[in-house]
Amino acid sequence: MPDDPLTSAPDIHRQLDQLYRQHSRQVLATLIRLLGSFELAEDALQEAFAQAARHWPQQGIPAQPLAWLISAGRFRTIDRLRKQKHETALPPREVEQLIESPETTGDEVITDDLLRLIFTCCHPGLGREAQLALTLREVCGLTTEQIASILLQKPATLAQRIVRAKRKIRDAAIPYEVPEQRELPERLQAVLQVIYLVFSEGYACSSGEQLLDVQLSAEAIRLARQLVQLLLATEAMGLLALLLLQDSRRETRLDAEGDLITLEQQDRSRWDQAQIHEGQAWLERALKQGHAGIYTLQAAIAALHAEAATPDATDWGQILGLYDHLHHQLPTAVVALNRAVALAMHRGPEAGLVALRALAAEGQLQDYHLFHAAVADLYRRNDQLDLAMQAYQQALALCEQEPERRYLKKRLEQCRFQQVRDDKRYQNKGLDR
Amino acid sequence: MKYLALVYYQESQVNAMSEQEWHDLNQQCIGCVEGLVEKGKYLAGQALHPTDTATTLRMRNGELLISDGPFAETREQLAGFYLLDAQDLNEAIQLASKIPPARFGSVEIRPVRELPPKDPV
Repeated sequence: MPDDPLTSAPDIHRQLDQLYRQHSRQVLATLIRLLGSFELAEDALQEAFAQAARHWPQQGIPAQPLAWLISAGRFRTIDRLRKQKHETALPPREVEQLIESPETTGDEVITDDLLRLIFTCCHPGLGREAQLALTLREVCGLTTEQIASILLQKPATLAQRIVRAKRKIRDAAIPYEVPEQRELPERLQAVLQVIYLVFSEGYACSSGEQLLDVQLSAEAIRLARQLVQLLLATEAMGLLALLLLQDSRRETRLDAEGDLITLEQQDRSRWDQAQIHEGQAWLERALKQGHAGIYTLQAAIAALHAEAATPDATDWGQILGLYDHLHHQLPTAVVALNRAVALAMHRGPEAGLVALRALAAEGQLQDYHLFHAAVADLYRRNDQLDLAMQAYQQALALCEQEPERRYLKKRLEQCRFQQVRDDKRYQNKGLDR
Repeated sequence: MKYLALVYYQESQVNAMSEQEWHDLNQQCIGCVEGLVEKGKYLAGQALHPTDTATTLRMRNGELLISDGPFAETREQLAGFYLLDAQDLNEAIQLASKIPPARFGSVEIRPVRELPPKDPV
């Protein structure tokens, strides 16, 4: 950044805006550590940027702007606390400690602070919904209103959840630290889950009209990228690869009417090749490092899809093998369902239907619309149209997302049309005979 | 910071134990307390008699109401408590994870709230 006192004021304000967008979370993360409180740190962050807006146009941009902001925010807060020492909410002893605490704001500390913030927001002592809301608020810097609209909740409910989470962090003394090596794998899982949840909330909202929220998936990718920069763990790289590979297909997932387009029918020439390459590169690094977990395996599956120039060129054998590994680590009904579909693509619809029937016999998937949609699809491929239509109906009865409902209805219509056509053909043949 | 670790389990599960199993569990609890004392983390603790020995009282409009048994019917019952001295929640979790009934019951960790100073007379 130029240290030029002649830089014009509007120019400085523009740079300050950019600094806020790119680095305000880092400044906040360090201020939380220095001030020991989310609330104080948030106020300090606003004060720091207000000070910069006042002083930088005259003094020029300091050589280390982040350190300047942190120092200004900390100083102003402590000054304010000192003045209101007798009225402050903090016990006097803690104010004393704060005032006496040494100031350390090296760059290496700042990056650690961001990790501290991420791990604190995703602490297992907080519920999953609180983790998600807090991460979006504190780490991504979204407003309460934005988060509420994304998660389809009332702003008041969401604000309450964030307040409660912060209160628990304070009152139960959830430490502001990166977990020890011994706890890291488990704690990292929670962070990865939250990031994946941020992404999938953006990728497909759980109900309602809109299926895509571009901003949120970009937020998740940014989070995953930050995490990888801070912590070169296999699964963090695997998650980043997975998000990039899935997001590369974003533009082709919906048609002009906003209806779903299946992987098979997507225009592969419009997949984002730059994202695919980056995803592949992270996947390779993750695989080289070893200990591939659920995110790396899913990324490997996504990469095989991305590498196939046409649907027919898909290496279903290898995908099936990866699903076997994935199911071993993550034995959920949904993974079993995807494995069955891969099996059908590799060995034919009949083999897939056998696997799906076995899953249905376990009774886990009866209420899941995608299970019935998969059954329907395999019957359709197997030319068993009556059974296909029946299964599409079942899927429709369970599905709440409007674009997916339209897709299922379209498929159902196609089956009806095909059946009528086949019947006519059969009748014509009968006449010929 | 002080944390109270409340130990819960299904009494029926403990009632179904053999005498030897019950004996072993008690010995493990004694060992757990010794370990906490050695680390300087143990402030107080006690095991409780089962809930059929409990008495619940309420004061309403100056009247004392007494009833038999615990206040609420729950799946797991309070079986004992530890008052721990820990640096933060992570340390409290780590210490409480060693409490033997955590393996079949559950342990609720609550930070202790200090009461505000007494009003000046």
